[in-house]
Amino acid sequence: MRDAAFFLLAVVMLSGAAVVVTARSLVRAAFGLAAALVATAGMYLLLTAPLLAAVQILLYTGGVLTLVVFAIVVVGGEVVGPATRKPWAAVVASIATFAVLARGVSRIDFGPPVGGLDAGAELGVSLFVRDYMVPFELLSVLLLAAVVGALVLARKDPSA
Amino acid sequence: MSLHAVLYVALAMFAIGLYGVLARRHVVAVLLSIELMFNAGNLAVLALAWSRGLLSGVILVLFAIAITVAEVAVGLSLVLLAARRSRTAVLDDLSELKG
Repeated sequence: MRDAAFFLLAVVMLSGAAVVVTARSLVRAAFGLAAALVATAGMYLLLTAPLLAAVQILLYTGGVLTLVVFAIVVVGGEVVGPATRKPWAAVVASIATFAVLARGVSRIDFGPPVGGLDAGAELGVSLFVRDYMVPFELLSVLLLAAVVGALVLARKDPSA
Repeated sequence: MSLHAVLYVALAMFAIGLYGVLARRHVVAVLLSIELMFNAGNLAVLALAWSRGLLSGVILVLFAIAITVAEVAVGLSLVLLAARRSRTAVLDDLSELKG
């Protein structure tokens, strides 16, 4: 059952990724990314991390994709001429990267997986109280800075 | 479902994203491919954390996702700015240095 779900999610994820890099229409590519991200959220569930699955769907799929679709509408998604440039060189580079990394992965031997990442209360205490309180607050400052920076950059008239 | 299977899927997604970053001509398409690579990295980190039962891996991925959102917001506004200035969003036409 878990293996079947994993296989299905992997197929959805990789075909969504293939749509992202091959589709001519950028909106289509964005929805391919949505499929890949939601399938990743499902895989987080299988990896016993339900909190991350929720964050992935809320932040990544909800937030990022809304931004991307908005940008496509503003910028315009059509490209005159081919959608890719020197595709064969890129294919060779990515296959070589995959081969090198897969060789490294094939040598990993960690034994049977332990799991148990779904410890909600312990995660909350560690994140908000005990270990990572200051980094978490710094993260909110980073997000604020990013929002202000994005607003300043995208403003129509810099002198106003 | 073994650790190796998850890692291979993450690697495949990383390689597909790398192809997109290298080959796509539209800026937003390159950003989407970068998102794929980020996502593959997150998946690999979480798979390793799952294999060892490390809760800190979850927190690392949580932080990575939040930082990615900030990166996308700033990156897309840079894209908007560049597209407004040179009236194109195709990377080859955006290069201004000649040589």
